[in-house]
Amino acid sequence: MKSREYRYTQIFANTICFIIILSAILPFIMLIIASFTDNDWAAANGFTYFPGKWSMDAYSYIIKQWDIIGHAYLMTIIVTLLGTSISITITTLFAYGISKPNVPGMKVVSFILIFAMLFNGGLVSTYYCYAKIWNIKDTIWALIFPGLLMSGFNVILVRNYFTNNIPASLEEAARIDGANALYIFGSIVMPLSKPVLATIGLMTALVYWNDWANGLYYLTARGGSQYNTIQIILNNINNDIQALAQVMTSNDSGFSTDIKMPSTTIRMAIAVFGILPILVLYPFFQRYFVKGITFGGVKE
Amino acid sequence: MKNKNQLVHKIKITFSQNWLYYIMVLPGLIYLLINSYLPMFGIIIAFKKMDFSKGIFGSEWNGLNNFRFLFATNDAWIITRNTIAYSIIFFIVGTFMAILFAVCLNEVTNKISAKLYQTISLLPYLMSWVIVSYLAFAFLSSESGFINKSILPILGIDSISWYHEKDYWPFILTFVSTWKGVGYSMILYYSNILGINQDYFEAAKIDGASKLRQIRYITLPLLKPTVITLLILNLGSIFRSDFGLFYQVTKNSGPLYPYTRTIDVYIYQALMKNADYGMSSAASVCQSIIGFVLIISANKFLRKYQASSALF
Repeated sequence: MKSREYRYTQIFANTICFIIILSAILPFIMLIIASFTDNDWAAANGFTYFPGKWSMDAYSYIIKQWDIIGHAYLMTIIVTLLGTSISITITTLFAYGISKPNVPGMKVVSFILIFAMLFNGGLVSTYYCYAKIWNIKDTIWALIFPGLLMSGFNVILVRNYFTNNIPASLEEAARIDGANALYIFGSIVMPLSKPVLATIGLMTALVYWNDWANGLYYLTARGGSQYNTIQIILNNINNDIQALAQVMTSNDSGFSTDIKMPSTTIRMAIAVFGILPILVLYPFFQRYFVKGITFGGVKE
Repeated sequence: MKNKNQLVHKIKITFSQNWLYYIMVLPGLIYLLINSYLPMFGIIIAFKKMDFSKGIFGSEWNGLNNFRFLFATNDAWIITRNTIAYSIIFFIVGTFMAILFAVCLNEVTNKISAKLYQTISLLPYLMSWVIVSYLAFAFLSSESGFINKSILPILGIDSISWYHEKDYWPFILTFVSTWKGVGYSMILYYSNILGINQDYFEAAKIDGASKLRQIRYITLPLLKPTVITLLILNLGSIFRSDFGLFYQVTKNSGPLYPYTRTIDVYIYQALMKNADYGMSSAASVCQSIIGFVLIISANKFLRKYQASSALF
């Protein structure tokens, strides 16, 4: 027989959890429903969970404009794949190097990494270096390089995994058989590290998929850049609306009529496109994210 | 002479044995050089009368004038206050919610529900701030927002122009920050709770301790080290704010600035909108150096307090 306390605890705990996940998920449901709401109806009655008039107009508009949205989508995918694969390569190689503290110089290399995690030049000089020295503006590398390519936390995560989970005897045996470091890394260490690779791979892919700040800083060509990703497009729409609002408040109505903005429901539909892959894929990869958080959380 | 030869020989041997390792860390080192170390020298921009066309070395020195101008403005105080206040509020509310959630989740006996709660609560964490700004807009928009059009009329309250009224924003930002982060920090505490030795609870049960007393006297005390570690790390980054939250979710709306502009937003604006390199670099250098000092002190403190959770 279950005690009274047990029942009360269950009710209370489930209620709290339920409230939290409800507030987590309701905004997404709102976004999706908003994108299927008739634009005029939404303009008159606002977004609700039970719109009086449904419509696919926003999506048919996007399909019609597919050369813009589709291109942004393709860019998002290219940037994510390119960024993630370069990132994993240099992160794991670097982590393998510093997981060998007996190799002379590796302690210095570790220090170089840690110091870079603690101190930085700040946005202004980082921006100056990338924009003026490396001339990265309005190239695809602007979305790959600045800030995102090698996260110090990921390096430490992988290094710890190498140190704790790869038996030293295995590497030693291979070395006696005449295998060199690169070969050992490729054919022994990497295959044994699939869980941590999946974790950092997914976390890096998510960071690239979601990034808009690099676009904001470095893709500033007038008339929009060919490298705009979905997130950057969404951000640009926000900025254009602000610009529009400023023009309207400054009472220069002659200007404002020229700027054509996508309607709110279309904006919501573009946002739905931005999150769709995450919503679809996340349940399958959920455990890797959780692992990444618990690995990389408090304790290093 | 002999010693020198020996040294050279030793270096040669070390290198020939290990050169592959050096090649392996090289790409990462180059990246650190480009992304982190070169910009560190760029800090001198803060001491220059920066003219981008002349470059860093062509521009004139300006002494400490950039800093003097920055601190003479009213903005310097407001952005510092906002940054610190939000860091503290977010930590307190976020930690409270995360622990409440973790403790409750731990009590849920139905495995499928528990999994579902955990999975869904992490969803907001996976979204970019741009997306969050769209989600917030669906609720807060003056013309078509859910709150103005559906909730306030029921309560008989007039529409609120959310993006123009600053007084609500401390609450909105705290809510959004907690909403996005609670699933993440919950996992930290939850995995901690799962690691507690079950014997403690068994013993407490035999002694007739109620659930509430078990939580009060076993679970919460054992979470204390994690809370303290996170608190200290948070203090180390108290001068940093999440640019995305304050820039995107507020839609960078001017009337809200008194309560929503933080150091990071200010730096961005001074740099990209006003091309005021003096002010922005002064603010950004202050942030970097104070941040560095704080995180080093935080780590020192952690080492003393609980060495196992020190960062380095």
